[in-house]
Amino acid sequence: MTATDRGHRDEWVGRSVPRKEDLPLVTGHGRYVADIQLPGTAEVAFLRSPMAHARITGIDVSAALAGEGVVTVVTGADIRATVLPFTRFVDQEFTPPGLERAAHPVILPCPMPVLASERVRYVGEPVVAVVAADRALAEDAVALVDVTYEALPVVVDPVLAVQSGSPLVHDDITDNVQATFEVRAGDVDAAFAAAPHVERFNYETQRQAASPMETRGVLAVHTDVTDETTVWTSSQTPYMVRTRISEQLGIAEESIRVVVPDMGGGFGPKVQVYPEEVLLAHLARTLGRPVRWIEDRSEHMIATAHSRDQRHTVEVAFDDSGLITAIRDDFLMDAGAYNPFSITCAYNSAVHFRSVYQVPHFQVRGRCVLTNKTPNGPYRGCGRPEATFAMDRAVYQIARLLGLDPVEVMARNLIPADAMPYPRGMPYRDGQEVVYDCGDFPAALAQLRALSGYDEHARARQAQPTSTAVTRRGIGFASYIEGTGIGPYEGAVVMLDSLGRVVVRSGSAPHGQSHDTTMSQVAADVFGLNPDQIIFSAGDTSLVPNGIGTFASRSAVVAGSAVLLAGRRLEQRVRAIASELLEISAEDLVVDAGYVHVRGDATSRVSLADVYRAALPGPQARIPGGTEPGTRELQYFVPPTVTFGAGFLAATVSVDLETGGVVVERIDIIHDCGRMINPVVVEGQLQGGILQGIGGALYESVVYDENGQPLTTTFMDYLLPTSAEVPEIRQIHLATTSDRNPLGVKGVGEAGAIAPPAAIANAVADALRPLEVELNRLPLSPPTVIEAITRAQR
Amino acid sequence: MRISMEVNGRGVEVDVEDRTSLADCLRDRLGLTGVHLGCEHGVCGACTVLLDGSSVRSCLLFAVQAAGHRVTTVEGLADGAGQGGLHPVQTAFMACHGLQCGFCTPGLVLTTCELLAEDPAPTAEEVRARLSGNLCRCTGYVKIFEAVDRAAELMRARSGTAAAPAGAAEDTR
Repeated sequence: MTATDRGHRDEWVGRSVPRKEDLPLVTGHGRYVADIQLPGTAEVAFLRSPMAHARITGIDVSAALAGEGVVTVVTGADIRATVLPFTRFVDQEFTPPGLERAAHPVILPCPMPVLASERVRYVGEPVVAVVAADRALAEDAVALVDVTYEALPVVVDPVLAVQSGSPLVHDDITDNVQATFEVRAGDVDAAFAAAPHVERFNYETQRQAASPMETRGVLAVHTDVTDETTVWTSSQTPYMVRTRISEQLGIAEESIRVVVPDMGGGFGPKVQVYPEEVLLAHLARTLGRPVRWIEDRSEHMIATAHSRDQRHTVEVAFDDSGLITAIRDDFLMDAGAYNPFSITCAYNSAVHFRSVYQVPHFQVRGRCVLTNKTPNGPYRGCGRPEATFAMDRAVYQIARLLGLDPVEVMARNLIPADAMPYPRGMPYRDGQEVVYDCGDFPAALAQLRALSGYDEHARARQAQPTSTAVTRRGIGFASYIEGTGIGPYEGAVVMLDSLGRVVVRSGSAPHGQSHDTTMSQVAADVFGLNPDQIIFSAGDTSLVPNGIGTFASRSAVVAGSAVLLAGRRLEQRVRAIASELLEISAEDLVVDAGYVHVRGDATSRVSLADVYRAALPGPQARIPGGTEPGTRELQYFVPPTVTFGAGFLAATVSVDLETGGVVVERIDIIHDCGRMINPVVVEGQLQGGILQGIGGALYESVVYDENGQPLTTTFMDYLLPTSAEVPEIRQIHLATTSDRNPLGVKGVGEAGAIAPPAAIANAVADALRPLEVELNRLPLSPPTVIEAITRAQR
Repeated sequence: MRISMEVNGRGVEVDVEDRTSLADCLRDRLGLTGVHLGCEHGVCGACTVLLDGSSVRSCLLFAVQAAGHRVTTVEGLADGAGQGGLHPVQTAFMACHGLQCGFCTPGLVLTTCELLAEDPAPTAEEVRARLSGNLCRCTGYVKIFEAVDRAAELMRARSGTAAAPAGAAEDTR
């Protein structure tokens, strides 16, 4: 079949084609940063603060310098003149005018040193770097460094941190509130004054570690030959790494190449640019040899960003039918000792709080609070699981107070399908007005009711309201909304190589999301090729001039669209060049299977290699008049704003009343991520997200003691879900095409992780009926559940 | 200390320190970087290798403990008998989207090989229990279960005992 016959080519997008990425990964030939061998590489180990808050009174490195194999030992004082601290962290920290007007954010400076030299503010903060012949020798020498500290008062609890008299994490931030904002939609005060019922609830989501299976790692090398510093790093944002190195070392971005090799997961914490990345670039330049640092897991648990640590106080105004007329939310986000993402995660909580519900009047204040803990950053969902936990628990608690079925109350509050597109009266983080673009929430909820067997369960419960069984079953629902595909842009280069192959280069690099496969599907449809014939690469700042990164469910939307646009432009150019060669109008030409042929006559053709050669510069060039030589197109896609994915999730659980143990038996999810490029990849993203959501609901918790000492620094203490905890998972895909990008897609990377904690908590509450348990604090570990049962029985 | 062992079917001699772990020896001295280090305290299973056919955590063994033994890493699995020269377990993980970032994959593939060598038709519960020592943060394990079922089918077909047992995974594509 030719493109002529197909008319519109839509052969590969939408199909579950096998992944192109897998062969090296299943045979052990992946190249993660720890696997790259460069001759003469020295290894780096860090001395990190053992104190949560202290003044550094002395650092003696003499014994370490004399250690076996030691190349150098570096302190904060050594680099003070040459390596600037972090004063900017992420490129999105610019506050757009629309956000400024509506939310009045106040963001105070909170500079973070690359190596602490005067004061340490959390356990794990880097103080001294040792460079040695190998890692074991570097660690030996770290043990020889003598740092003396003078302990300072510690603040661990964010609620105490904002009270007057609290120890200050940064002296010039006098209430420990580093960033705050307040935003409102509608007339909240009037709605509360008119409401028949007003209730107040407190919700707490625990601190979590995203825990990619590969820790962070950096390999840096500088060559005098080209005066270029190359940094391989396990990062979701290579371009931000490049910018930070440039700004903090005072060298041009053009002299820095950042490459992301194979990457063993990210999930959010690898969005941040870290001190180690800047320092290793500096060390490579000053030492003149490659240097590498590979984080070990115990380091990772204290040196890599945590997330999710929020406390919400929620006031809800509602009527007798359970219709919620207004909500006031006042919440704290525990930012840790520095706040690299300022209001990013917290504002996400605010803007997604109302989820799929109308709630016409809404007011929210978010405060990012400094404490003596590891800094906070994004983790899959980035503020949304926290907000969803509060919102959907509140729906359930209201239903309980009114004696109504909670799923009925959910349904009563939904935004109706005919109200789309639905404005929310507040801006998104990009400053654009939030307008849900599409979706039929009532129909989706009805489908989930049927899929999960909820109505049968509710009838059985009504028939037998009390039970003496030790193990009880419950079903809980939750919803989610997710702005996906945030800008400001992503870039792609689509070009022919000298063999006439189509080469795609993306500014967004994968860490498991299948970019090679899915973006090749997009390009394959443009050029009439098989995805296996597309040569794909990503995550190398030398290949696409500018880029943003892989996070916020944005790659398919923003980077995929850039590939489509650049591909279309190249396809047009290829036909224009072939038109010169074949002396026929470009409109009458078709690009297919590596050739450009005359429509309806596959034998009158030139190959893509012919086109490549014809477009080379020189007097023999056969290029359309007025254009430059070459067959390389660079295109940036700038989305107008985010596009909203949404869904509902039902958890079926059993609860053991004697042990407090919760088993998730089944998860049913109905979700809308727009048009699917590769359905099996979408399934995998949802399943992975759901298991992480189960971890957050039941198992995972970063714990500190009152002195700011972390107690969960191994996988023996920080519990990740294993294969033994996997429930049955059933999915229904809705595909409401987005009109905010040329592919019609919505992001899905985070979707699975958002609703499980709320749904599981609601399911546990359902199972324990008629007991009225408060399950407003995560995780729902056995002691927490037992405590809730005991309290309810009093 | 100089030790000799058999690695992926080949006799090797290597000088190691007393404190060198088997994982570091395989990665740094023998270039077998398919051995991944995810936690270095024996929980995540990414560094799993087979020692005389049994799965072990190479981060918890000293290299000297492997002296005189037979070590198989993921690089040694492809035996030319399966599709494209791959071991059926590798083929199955690819076919079922049983991996995303791929970091845990070598360990899971080797654990699956051990399981299927012991029991060519494990039940779903046996699979869940056996794989629970290998953490995967990407997939949610669902497609890994499908991959194990598929691998069992492929291996039974290869060994001629093609009778399909109850509960074999269906092609979900």
